[in-house]
Amino acid sequence: MNGLLEVFRKELADSFNSKRFIILFMLVYLAGIATIYIAAQNIRAAVGDATSNIFLSLFVVSGKDLPFSFPLFMSIFIPIVGIALGFDAINSERTGGNLSRVLAQPIYRDSLINGKFLSGLTMIAVLVVSVVAIVAGLGLRLIGVPPEAEEILRLFIFVLVTILYGAFWLALSLLFSVLFKKTSTSVLASIAVWIFMFLFMGIIANLVAGAAYPINQDSTVAQLADYDSLYRMISRISPGTLYSESIQAILLPMMGSSSPTMMMIGIYSGLMPSPLPLSQSLVLVWPQLVGLVALTAVCFAIAYIVFMREEIRST
Amino acid sequence: MSEKPVVETHDLTKTYGKFTAVNSLNLRVMEGEVFGLLGPNGAGKTTTMLMLMGFCEPTSGAVLINGYNPLREPIRVKSIVGYMPEKIGFYDDMTARENLEYTGRLNGLAGGGLKSTIDELFEVVGLRDRANQLVGTYSHGMKQRLGIADVMIKRPRIAIFDEPTSGIDPEGTDQVLNLIKSMAQQKVTVIISSHQLHQLQKVCSGVGIFSRGQMIASGPVDKLGREALRKGHYHVILPIAQLADRVRDEINKIAGVRSIESVADSTVIAADEDISGELGRVVLEATGLKVQMKVEEFELEEIYMKYFEGS
Repeated sequence: MNGLLEVFRKELADSFNSKRFIILFMLVYLAGIATIYIAAQNIRAAVGDATSNIFLSLFVVSGKDLPFSFPLFMSIFIPIVGIALGFDAINSERTGGNLSRVLAQPIYRDSLINGKFLSGLTMIAVLVVSVVAIVAGLGLRLIGVPPEAEEILRLFIFVLVTILYGAFWLALSLLFSVLFKKTSTSVLASIAVWIFMFLFMGIIANLVAGAAYPINQDSTVAQLADYDSLYRMISRISPGTLYSESIQAILLPMMGSSSPTMMMIGIYSGLMPSPLPLSQSLVLVWPQLVGLVALTAVCFAIAYIVFMREEIRST
Repeated sequence: MSEKPVVETHDLTKTYGKFTAVNSLNLRVMEGEVFGLLGPNGAGKTTTMLMLMGFCEPTSGAVLINGYNPLREPIRVKSIVGYMPEKIGFYDDMTARENLEYTGRLNGLAGGGLKSTIDELFEVVGLRDRANQLVGTYSHGMKQRLGIADVMIKRPRIAIFDEPTSGIDPEGTDQVLNLIKSMAQQKVTVIISSHQLHQLQKVCSGVGIFSRGQMIASGPVDKLGREALRKGHYHVILPIAQLADRVRDEINKIAGVRSIESVADSTVIAADEDISGELGRVVLEATGLKVQMKVEEFELEEIYMKYFEGS
């Protein structure tokens, strides 16, 4: 444990004091408050005559003024937060001439990278917990419907999954900060991955699945299902997809399947969905969660190994 | 100075692809010694230092710091070795004091002990008035002095300085070297690389000359000078222009005397070893004069140029 705690403390203090995170926090808080406000205005129409999970609906309803729900906002902002926390973790130490000076102290080399990862993770946790608390509190004031026990549990799981999602982006940007010597390169690489995952993964999945199983008016349900499963398999390479699928299942208990297409098929074939119990929602998202953990672990492991083996030169 | 080497390398080699940065280096630095690494840029000095710190893995050979392998037991090594890299940097958005506090805490210091150590160090390096300013406002010379405080905070037994005087003004160079000298007086073993040969000579008890990854010569400056410039002979200078033949004969009888030459207003006697004691007695007996004589000393610069005159 030599030095881990000290590195962790210093990094955390740095993060809390930096302007970068004041800006990020403000942005995320603003997005949270805006979405919850719109949701509270539209919730009556959206919920209809449902009697359960009204409080949770607050988190998923969006309005025409702001067609983003809170989880969608998080799926966009959390990567930015993770990247901002990690992109210059190691290479800025090197270019600043601090790396060899700090590693000359009696600490294990991995204390530095572990301490930085843990402090970044803590920052993400603080951000997510605080914004969800603010949004939930505000929502409670606005609609006056208290959450049920299961809703609280679901919100708690939502928080954990969101932190995990942030951990992936943190690990990815940390990896780039080890691989690239310049901070400008590592931030660009991180943003490039982010844009690719968000914008192009869906397009690629659509193209590939469409080429394999062309869909037209005469398509059978079986063809639709084939298309859908291939489409989702490809788009699940993106952690954003894994995240949004998990969040849907957790925050929308009415969702019997993580695939919108399959839902539609279900509805059209006369199956009216009923809310899933929490345990079944978890079973539904378990593969996605394991996928997110695995992606995070792979990124961090590569960063760790490269950093442990590389030469610490001051230039 | 005890006869136990605290820094040892055995056939230490580091290659990058086809390029050999350090080639079978056998370095021995004794406890309390101030050892200077000289040589042109790219001769392997920094790479050697990195291997001593365990910052890069040797291709072959071994490093022992106080008996420990820096790769296998990094904590044991790094808790007694201070290292100041060539391009030292601090966290610019923290004050000098906060920077040192961080280093201190990484070394397991805390509380009042840490504070008093830091106060003392700021006094020593002459930065007391600037201690609470952001390092971003520091000049290069001040950063170097802060770097020395950063090395001293752990009270190292061995201190490694990579070009601590590069790029700073003559006054700053003097301050840095005086600080290093004062560390040496406190029995800290120092390994230092620098291009300021004149100043380096004042602090070093031994030097090693590096060329293309190899240490082509090492030892005390006077020994190197004799080897490089005087075919290994001691030159004793007598401040007498012309010696009587009788005296010459007497001197020639001293074991190890190679030649006697008159140079300007003095006489230079070359010998296999330092014969000044014997010579003094002989001259006194032969002439009745008590003469001041000295063994020739060398400028490190001259020796250095001799080694690199071909290249």
